[in-house]
Amino acid sequence: MANKKNLILTILLLIGCFALAWYVNFETDSYIRRVVNLCMVYAIIGLSMNLTNGFTGQFSLGQAGFMAIGAYVVGIFTVPVALRPAVFYAAPMNPLIADIYMPLWLALIVGGLLAALVAFLIGTPVLRLRGDYLAVATLGFSEIIRIVITNAQTITNGALGIKDIPPLNDVRYIFVFTAVIFIFITALINSSYGRAFKAIREDEIAAEAMGIDLFKHKCLAFMISAFFAGIGGGLYGALLGTVDPKNFLFTLTYNFLLIIVLGGMGSITGSMIGAVLVTAGLEFLRVFDEPLDLFGMAIPLFRPGFRMVIFSVLLMVLVLFWRHGIMGTREFTWDKFIAFCKNPFGFFGRKGARKA
Amino acid sequence: MLKVEDLVVSYGGIEALKGISLDVPDGKIITLIGANGAGKSTLLRTIIGLVKPESGKISYNEKEITALNSQKIVTTGITLVPEGRRVFSNLTVLENLKIGAYMRNDKAEIEKDIEWIYGMFPRLQERNWQLAGTLSGGEQQMLAVGRALMCRPKLIMMDEPSLGLAPLVIKDIFRIIQEINAKGMTILLIEQNANMALKIADWAYVLETGRITMEGTGKELLENPQIREAYLGKKKK
Repeated sequence: MANKKNLILTILLLIGCFALAWYVNFETDSYIRRVVNLCMVYAIIGLSMNLTNGFTGQFSLGQAGFMAIGAYVVGIFTVPVALRPAVFYAAPMNPLIADIYMPLWLALIVGGLLAALVAFLIGTPVLRLRGDYLAVATLGFSEIIRIVITNAQTITNGALGIKDIPPLNDVRYIFVFTAVIFIFITALINSSYGRAFKAIREDEIAAEAMGIDLFKHKCLAFMISAFFAGIGGGLYGALLGTVDPKNFLFTLTYNFLLIIVLGGMGSITGSMIGAVLVTAGLEFLRVFDEPLDLFGMAIPLFRPGFRMVIFSVLLMVLVLFWRHGIMGTREFTWDKFIAFCKNPFGFFGRKGARKA
Repeated sequence: MLKVEDLVVSYGGIEALKGISLDVPDGKIITLIGANGAGKSTLLRTIIGLVKPESGKISYNEKEITALNSQKIVTTGITLVPEGRRVFSNLTVLENLKIGAYMRNDKAEIEKDIEWIYGMFPRLQERNWQLAGTLSGGEQQMLAVGRALMCRPKLIMMDEPSLGLAPLVIKDIFRIIQEINAKGMTILLIEQNANMALKIADWAYVLETGRITMEGTGKELLENPQIREAYLGKKKK
């Protein structure tokens, strides 16, 4: 009974969100649309990164590389064939791919699959490492991907990047991808695979003694994560309308690391909250970048760059008070939400009492 | 049921096991006692496939399992309750049990087994939704045993289940071990708490620095003056 009620509530929420996406798409200006789209794309990539880092406990920093693969597949194959000579003006496109055109959805999936394939090739040697070593190795591989892209001039247009990607600014389109990926990852985490991932995070030796194949599961998590990062990267490329190797520097990965740490390593809803907070938060703090006159006096602190100072301070405060991120490893559930609505003040106290 | 012959295991040149042979017959409680560093845990880890032996043979129901990986060994019906419990501390009690059944696909049967384990350990049922890390040591040990039982083992190997527990709780754990055995499961028990372990053992081995130095029924060893001096803390008369 309770499960059925929760399912109905979830479906209602999704429909509500979709209606909201519809509203945002038609009734708001392009700035709001851009921010909402970016939130959703960052949520997808945050979710994908949380799968390896939060749920499986493998500290991987390769997300920018996988995003680059997805973005470039979208860039290469969705530019209309007629426009390609103008884009590839320095060196003509390799004739093998010059005439292949794909619609966006197909290019996204191909990009995801290619990213997953690369993840498999990288993961086979690298996933035997642990902790910091794995982080350094995946970081290195993500840079290698970027450098290969920079130098494969006839395929990727090298350092010039690819422009004239048909711009995607439809909130509903991105929303559908985000919702599907969200549902898939939730189902995955609650399946026996998800439990195996979490068991590996908790204790590798005990997990192995339970008969869980460590390498297979790490590799699987890594590949699924790369697949969704590829799709997220593709959407990111389509959203910007251009891809450029410099977009995919390793610093990009840290945005997502920030999102999952802030939201909570090992929490799906946490990643969503983190993505919205980081993306929208950075935008709303823009007031601090503009000069401010108070009683006729210019406040000297308000100048371009000040918002990053505020943002960093806010992050520090958040991390100090929520050591495990906003959600920790907990999830938003309807039961807790209803309990909260019924008794908003007693909710936190009761939880504290139960812990003691 | 389980037969180990001339097993040699070494860690980077140091031999931890120097040729061990032992027999675990069906339906019995077999105990292995020995001091720290005698190689007890190494033996269990080798049987379950976490450590590869240098030479020797392990066979289970007449089939050799020496070269198999842990996944295959677990499917044959051997399971390990690791030393220091090693429950998945950030997962709930229920999730821990479900991971124990990871190799099985029969949902209805898994549900039944969870009920069975809750029947055996009512404390776990009370703490169904609690994170395993917040349980007390004794409850964690019960959970570790329950988790191992979830894969429906025929042979269950326990590595020092009494480690760090209060005497009363240890009594409980040993009672549970006997209960499980009475249900038809074979038990290979490793202990430093020689007194308790020998009392419930059908057959016992004494392991010293990688070699088996003595064997006999639990009762025989309990009365053996050498054992009494070395492991039970009794002075010579």
